[in-house]
Order: sequence, then structure tokens, then C-alpha cells
Amino acid sequence: MGFKNAPMTTVKPVEGKENLFSPEVRAEIDSWIAKYPEQWRQSAVMAALRIVQDANGGYLTEALMDQVAAYLDMPAIAVYEVATFYSMYELKPVGRHKVCVCTNVSCMVNGSDKIVDHMEQKLGIKLGETTEDGRYTLKEVECLGACGGAPMFQIGTKYYENLTPELVDSILDGLE
Amino acid sequence: MANEVCLRNNDLERPWLLEQYQSRGGYEQLKRILAGEITPAQVIDEVKAANLRGRGGAGFPTGMKWSFISREAPGQKYVVCNSDEGEPGTFKDRDILRYNPHQLIEGMIIAGYAIGATRGYNYIRGEFWEPYMRFQGAIDEAREAGLLGENILGSGFDFDLHVHLGGGAYVCGEETALLESIEGKKGQPRFKPPFPAHFGLYGRPTIINNTESLCSIPVIIEKGGKWFSEIGVANSGGSKLFSISGNINKPGVYEIPMGTPFAELLEMAGGMRDGRKCKAVIPGGSSSPVIPGEQMLDLTMDYDSIQGAGSMLGSGAVIVMDDTNCMVRVLERMSYFYYEESCGQCTPCREGTGWLYRVVSRIENGQGRPEDLELLEDVTRKIAGRTICALGDAAAMPVQGMLKHFRDEFEYHIEHKRCKVGA
Repeated sequence: MGFKNAPMTTVKPVEGKENLFSPEVRAEIDSWIAKYPEQWRQSAVMAALRIVQDANGGYLTEALMDQVAAYLDMPAIAVYEVATFYSMYELKPVGRHKVCVCTNVSCMVNGSDKIVDHMEQKLGIKLGETTEDGRYTLKEVECLGACGGAPMFQIGTKYYENLTPELVDSILDGLE
Repeated sequence: MANEVCLRNNDLERPWLLEQYQSRGGYEQLKRILAGEITPAQVIDEVKAANLRGRGGAGFPTGMKWSFISREAPGQKYVVCNSDEGEPGTFKDRDILRYNPHQLIEGMIIAGYAIGATRGYNYIRGEFWEPYMRFQGAIDEAREAGLLGENILGSGFDFDLHVHLGGGAYVCGEETALLESIEGKKGQPRFKPPFPAHFGLYGRPTIINNTESLCSIPVIIEKGGKWFSEIGVANSGGSKLFSISGNINKPGVYEIPMGTPFAELLEMAGGMRDGRKCKAVIPGGSSSPVIPGEQMLDLTMDYDSIQGAGSMLGSGAVIVMDDTNCMVRVLERMSYFYYEESCGQCTPCREGTGWLYRVVSRIENGQGRPEDLELLEDVTRKIAGRTICALGDAAAMPVQGMLKHFRDEFEYHIEHKRCKVGA
């Protein structure tokens, strides 16, 4: 069969993996590596990037991606490919609270434009921007699969549904 | 007859707990199968008799998919569940993960037994953190109870199950892109053939099914394929979860028999908000062509009925829009979605989705030209059928549907530089 389906272990495994990341981050990445066949460490790359991103205040740097590559015996380019392909990875600093607001059809017909306008005015930033004090980032996202509660947004791991401008105020003001 | 299959335990308190699931006969079908009361071949026969068609959107018969894998083939095989729920309008699998995770686990173990696979993955979209925690909690409980892992219930059958979390990419709901993603790569679909049944995860034989499909399995085994099939109508067996949203009073997930009139579903969902007119309905997720409200009110919710109206039942995601909505604006948002989510692998999709978005956007913004509608139709023809996966078709079909049924609104926009609806 002409298909190549081997892990991309074209790099020589790096010595001293125990010097990469904190012990907690390593333990968490290892728990994901254990889910996959032994020769497929790279299957844990998405989890590893998420864990490293969370530990770094919500975004990835080239240095961190290189460390993930070293830890998983992957070429750095393969890690960059993953980090730039999926929308949940951030390659630039973000605010302490990343507000991911859905504007897809179900949310749109339920007034997500008004929610976006309200937040833009309240925070003085546009979608895609971060407040100067580093508290909030506004990010437009595609359908988050909670259309029954449209309009909605996600902050951190939590979904907030059936939003109104008043509810948005109380949610945002209630964050640290 | 509602909530008989995937949502059947929703009336229980904390239905996601093992003891609650077992109080309704949970894992009893797995026990019967492992005790040898039902052979792997009989499992597949029941699923075929159930007339269960893949609930992710494509509608491929589940039993037939399973029969493509030889149980006797040596080496590792995999069961993969697709919980990368991302088709705009769809929010049913989220409820399965949150409220009935054990039934999904039981379905996956039974699928593994049927095809001789000892390992499974559930690919859950990365944004679904709460559903992931629920599902992971259920895995831990099941493992603790000896229902997952080595030598399940002393039967000699091994099956272990893990979650893989996505990272925010609609295209990963496409089965081969999903497999690539588990392998730690960009989620770009593979050319088929070979199909996953022969060359799947890590190059091994794999079945990949939607969450709702796999969650239906324990009930099909318990009550029989014939029972399940007869809930529905010809060519559309069983009941189905419909995610209904939009300008309605009670949006939500409703599990009702295939073939239920749309008018009944709309009534269950509380009817139109503010008593407005049902202008347009997207019947099966944003990739399915729109159907005018009046026509939709005469249709039933099953594959043949919706297909007969020129659209698709898809994932059962019903988006209902009232007469305050401008269809140009709606299409602009949908076209932006496909442009944003195209993986970039095939030129017709990568470039074509950008063309669709830009042209619809200029019509919406008063810059449209008289020849733009023909241009749009031409672009859709140059995308559809010319790409590796169905995302290209999915981008083309909504445009074709809108131009077929609401052409006047587009023409009005081009001629008057403003909206006919006045929204």
C-alpha cells in the first residue's frame, strides 16, 4: 500500500526530557501519552499544547512549541502545523478571560450581534482584541454546539447561554 | 412516543451515574453478549435489522458499515466515536455525553465486541469541557466496576476506551480528518478509498460512528432491531434526536420517531416566537439547503421526505427562521463559516469558499453586481464534487438552496443596495 502512516519520528529523541516543563505539566502530558499506542507519542500533541498553553497564561510561544516537539519526539514543524491549524490554540498573548462568542446562524438570529456590540462598547475593544489591562479578550468563534441556548459564549471551560446584555454585565463583572 | 432511546434516562436524577444507568437495566445487554447469548454476527444482524442510519449526517447504514470489518482479521482494530459535534445548529451529542454517557460506553463496547476491536476512542470537541468531564467520569466508573479494561466481567474479552479532545476545527467531524487528528496531525481528510474499515486509525481497521448511533446500540440489542426499525418509517429506522433552534419558543433536543411531521416538532418546540411567520427552515444543519417555511410545514422528518424537497436530514439540526430575517445576511454568515473552516487541502474548496463569502458579502453590503448571482452559481458548481471530502459540497449547497428559494431577496439587494426585509 502506498500510504505512509507512520509516526513522524524523524527526529532523534531528545535527552533530558525531565528538564522540560514543570513536574505537574509533565505528569499531565504523560497521562495523555498513556492513552495511545507506545510508538504514537505524537497523538498527545493536541493535549500537550493545550496543557502547556493553559500553564502559560493562555497562549503558546515558539519556544514552548519546540519543547512540546522535543518531549514528543516530533519535528518542530509538525507541532507548528497543529498549533496553527486548530482554533483553540493562541499564538499571541490573550487576556485573563478569553470570551469566545458564537455568531453563527442560530446565535445570529437570536441577537448575537447585540451581544457583541454590547461587549465591544463595554470593554472598549473590538472582536479579536484584548483590553489594555489584560483582563479580557473578545474572540469570535464558530458554532459551539449549544444552539438551544443561543446566544451564547464560552469563557474558560464554561458555557454561558441565553445571554442578554444584563446577563453579560453580571457575568463579566463577576470575573476576577 | 418520545425519548425512548438515547434520552430514555433523562427523567432520572443525575442520570449520568452508573448506579442510575444500571437501575434501568444498563450494561445488561453487554452481559448477555459476553455470556455468549448473542454472537457477534447476531449483533450486526440486529443493527442491520434496526435500519439505523448514521446519525452524524451522512446517513450511511450502521450495520453495513460494521460488516465491512472481518472480526477474524488479525491485529489491532479500533472503534472510534465521533463526538466532534460542530455542524452549525447541532447540539444533541452534547446532551448524550452529559446525561447518558454510560449508554454510549456500553454501545462502544458492544461495537468492539462485534468487530473484534479491543480499543476505542471517543473524539470529543475541545470546547465541550463539561461533557468531556461527564464522559470521563463515566469511563472511570465503568473501569472501576470491571466493565472496561481487561477481561471484562470475567469473559476474557478486553476493551479499553479513551477520550481524545479536539482543538477547534469543524473539518475534524469528517471521519478521516478525525483519524488524522487523533494521530496528532492537522485534521485534513484522507482520500477514500481506502476506507477506514480497511485503513483507519494508525492504519488499522476501524469503525467510526456518530455518538447518537453508538448510543442507540444497547437499546437496539435489548428490544430488537425490528422494534427500533418500526418506530420510524420506511428507509429511516428508529427515532432520532432533533436539535431545534432559531426563532422559536422552546429550542432544545427532542427525540421523536423518524417520519414525525415537522409541524408537530415545531409545536413541541413551542411554536414560532411572538407568533411570527415561519419563513425558512434549515432542516439538517447549515450544510443542508434551506427550505421555505410553508413547504417545510408539509414535510415529515425523515430522510426521504427531506430529500424529496431538495435538502437533507443531515444531523437533524433544525434551524427555524422567522420573517424578520434577511436571507442574504444569513447566507453571508454561513458562507463565512465554510471559508473559515475549509482545511485548505483542495483548491476548489480553499479558493471557492473565499469567493462565495466575498461575493455574498458584497451583495449584503450594497456592492453587488447584476452578474453576481450567476457567478455564485458557477462557483458552487466548480466546488461541488471536486474535493476530497464533503466540506466543499457543504459550502456549495446552502448557496444553491438560498438562490433557488429566495432569489428575489438577493436581486433586491443588488438592485436597491439594501435589504428587502428591512431588518
